[in-house]
Amino acid sequence: MSDVLTTPKPRRNAELLLLVLALAVGIGANALAGLDQDQGLGGDFYVQTITLSVIAVAVHVALRLRAKYADPVMLPIVIALNGLGLAMIQRLDVAMDPPTTAAARQLMWTAIAAVVAIALIMLLKDHRVLRRFTYISLILSALLLVLPLLPGVGMELNGARIWVNLGFATFQPGEIAKITLAIFFAGYLSTNRDLILLAGKKIGPLQLPRWKDMGPMLAAWLVSIGVLIFQRDLGSAILFFGLFMAMIYVATSRISWVLIGLLMIAFGGFVAFQLFPHVTARIDGWLNAFDPEVYNAPGGSHQIVQGLFGLASGGLTGTGLGQGRPDLVTFANSDMIIAALGEELGLIGVSAIVMLYLLLISRGIRTALGTRDAFGKLLATGLSFTLALQCFVVIGGVTRLIPLTGLTTPFMAAGGSSLLANWLIVALLLLISDAARRPAPAAGLAGARPSGRPGRRRNSEQERMTAGAGEAEQR
Amino acid sequence: MSDLVVTALRFGFLILLWIMILGVVTAMRRDLVIGARSKTGAPSARQVRKHPELAAEQAPAPRVHARKLVVLEGPLAGTSLDLAASPILLGRAQEATLVLEDDYASGRHARLFPQGSRWFIEDLGSTNGTYLGDTQLTRALPVEPGVPIRIGKTVIELRP
Repeated sequence: MSDVLTTPKPRRNAELLLLVLALAVGIGANALAGLDQDQGLGGDFYVQTITLSVIAVAVHVALRLRAKYADPVMLPIVIALNGLGLAMIQRLDVAMDPPTTAAARQLMWTAIAAVVAIALIMLLKDHRVLRRFTYISLILSALLLVLPLLPGVGMELNGARIWVNLGFATFQPGEIAKITLAIFFAGYLSTNRDLILLAGKKIGPLQLPRWKDMGPMLAAWLVSIGVLIFQRDLGSAILFFGLFMAMIYVATSRISWVLIGLLMIAFGGFVAFQLFPHVTARIDGWLNAFDPEVYNAPGGSHQIVQGLFGLASGGLTGTGLGQGRPDLVTFANSDMIIAALGEELGLIGVSAIVMLYLLLISRGIRTALGTRDAFGKLLATGLSFTLALQCFVVIGGVTRLIPLTGLTTPFMAAGGSSLLANWLIVALLLLISDAARRPAPAAGLAGARPSGRPGRRRNSEQERMTAGAGEAEQR
Repeated sequence: MSDLVVTALRFGFLILLWIMILGVVTAMRRDLVIGARSKTGAPSARQVRKHPELAAEQAPAPRVHARKLVVLEGPLAGTSLDLAASPILLGRAQEATLVLEDDYASGRHARLFPQGSRWFIEDLGSTNGTYLGDTQLTRALPVEPGVPIRIGKTVIELRP
């Protein structure tokens, strides 16, 4: 659909060069924090350095083997962000009394996430295979979202019922659900786009959709509202609905859908604000953060205001890694990690981090532009938008632009499920970008065979693909 | 460690962060010059200002708007369809706008859609491919009236 040139060069060497820089950022942050805290470079430092380097090289080699044409800047950005997060978590561990061990767990989850990402890159030949699992991923998303609500398996932590106890660790299945939902929306919308576009009444400049086509929209709305009511997780509710809105807008380029969606979410949000005390408390803590009564209330604005004080004391250049007091903020290593980084790296450092996210997301959108198939386009858009929305909700919450909600900062915040999900998202984006930038194999063939006879099969792989797509349609 | 070294390292790290960003942007630069070498080959406004003769020779022929879709060959030969402003799905599937009863067509074979003042055709991952003129589609391409589109044994054409 797009008329842009794709560069047919693998560019893996550029990636290697950037990886060295990214590792320097991650390891440098860790070393600086250790030195400034008078810890020296202990055993933890070497373990983290070696693990992070091995992960970077392993994913790089996997890309060289299986996805030669993948985007060269995504992996270095992810490694840099992951390394920065790890350094900050380690630094907060040391500052705690008694010292905590969140960094070791984070390192373990980083390794697990990277191994799963490598497995995905090695095993998944073509992202279009995922289209066959359109409806399976819908069922899977529903299961993942219901899992924390089941007695025995699910557990409640800090007021949100989004956790599953695996015995040795806890897991948030909702994090994986955002990927499966993106696959479902991409598959559904790429198949039914024309039907949705064709029908509907026209009122003024807006073309309204048919009631029949509103089904998935209502489903997405119900999922978000359900998450909000039963799991008390405002952040995920915003994320799921925002994901669907972005994808339907990209698929149809109809502004009417966005307007309808915004009205629906405004209505849902207003009712939630009236009915549920936890939503009311969040909004109150946002609007009247500096009111002493709200500040001192349990679950009040204490956390967000401490974060703001931290950011303020950081100023333009920050206090320097290991020299601030980010440990005074509750959940400094997960929800508020941006405030902790802002205190120690200052505005200059935080804008660099936001810029890294921006570059990562723009590469994801660029991948969507370059992809040749509609499913890949929608999936890449949806996945990049998930990352963008997470960043906006978290950083906006910490800086008191919007109410603070419980989403994680991608790749940086302590939390295994979020790390795993975001690494999977990047692995998928890398695979799609490989397909987008790879020179078209059919171009040479078509030139050699000017009057292509119908009935000739191009290759068995493609045949398998379309056979799969055919089955899905006959349903 | 002396304060001087600590301060130097502190600022050094911030500089390192931004060097990393510069590195990323430099690596992306190749992709950012897309507009400079667009496939249409049309001269940019600046080039035209410098060389006025470019504008004259490149002036596009007045575009003919396609209003009808005609099936020339295949089982449905002779059928015609008025084009509206909505996309058209071609294939054997029942939900297709033009249901091709062609054994060599896929269920959802190709898609014709309007963008700006032109119609584009896009292959939807069909088994046997879609041909515009003599070339097999690998991406969406604009369709001019009078250029045959081949899908399986069916040939269609846009007419003004």
